[in-house]
Amino acid sequence: MNITVNGTGHTVPDGASVGTLVSRVTGRELAPNGQSADGRKLGVAVARNAEVVPRSQWHGTALADGDDIELVTAVQGG
Amino acid sequence: MQERAVVEPAVAEKAAAAPGTSITAADPFMVDGVQLGSRLIMGTGGAPSLDGLGAALLASGTELTTVAMRRYSTAEAGSLFQLLLDHNIRVLPNTAGCFTAKDAVLTAELAREALETDWVKLEVIADEHTLLPDAVELVEATEQLVGRGFKVFAYTNDDPVLALRLENLGAAAVMPLGAPIGTGLGILNPHNIELIVARASVPVVLDAGIGTASDAALAMELGCDAVLLATAVTRAQNPVLMGEAFKHAVIAGRLAKRAGRIPRREHALASSAMEGRAEFL
Repeated sequence: MNITVNGTGHTVPDGASVGTLVSRVTGRELAPNGQSADGRKLGVAVARNAEVVPRSQWHGTALADGDDIELVTAVQGG
Repeated sequence: MQERAVVEPAVAEKAAAAPGTSITAADPFMVDGVQLGSRLIMGTGGAPSLDGLGAALLASGTELTTVAMRRYSTAEAGSLFQLLLDHNIRVLPNTAGCFTAKDAVLTAELAREALETDWVKLEVIADEHTLLPDAVELVEATEQLVGRGFKVFAYTNDDPVLALRLENLGAAAVMPLGAPIGTGLGILNPHNIELIVARASVPVVLDAGIGTASDAALAMELGCDAVLLATAVTRAQNPVLMGEAFKHAVIAGRLAKRAGRIPRREHALASSAMEGRAEFL
């Protein structure tokens, strides 16, 4: 299925979850609770169709065709 | 303002003997029940490199530093957040770039998820030309964020009425601007800043417009609880040196405020006694 991630089109396998996507984009393995498996802070958050998906629900939230995903992190500012 | 107690002479002596840590221990900066060891809050915008930024932050002695939330890119890979974690600096996410309450609330929610803090520097600007806060959207966003359990550090105009409204809506701190963001014009309306301080019962943080160390000292002398700045350090010719300058400026200004300045006078007042002068024929 086709989704948009940070404004760019992506193809993901059917049944992929938000957790799968975060892991793929960041290259980090995730624990079931959405924290990074290596114990270091991941520092990212996800909005799916303009709604925040809490970290704890990343693995349980299936992506749907046409989803608009924003994946954000801390950058210099302020 | 809170905590304006007179310091015990013994404590004051000790503080004077060892500048730095004992000064702040005798006069802690509390916000949302958390004690911070420095009254300097740093921003991170404008630094050409992450290494240079880290060195400047360390030199400034800051314990709280703002970050912006933006789309993840593999190049950045969360390294700024890690830098702050490594230096034990608390992170204060901001909503920079938001023009509406709706965008600010969503950005704050993302920041809370990403950085695991409910502190947020709320910034809702009216336009890119002035970067001045949009008071209507700011009030709306403050109300919504407080309702969602955020500790709101509200970046606001230097308007004593608006500052009080934000406090009454539940803001954890109010952050009036000295001058528009990035201008380095200093504190354009010191009288308004004093008025905001006089009426506030949450911490007042002078935010934006600081150009050099004396501006930060003035903010503290006006009674502000802390100063927030970024550009003045990150775009200084020597950011590390400027970071250290601000560390001292904030401490000096705070001490001067607590010490109580002399009144201004119209005419000179001799500091040496006139009696007992030698007479020359």
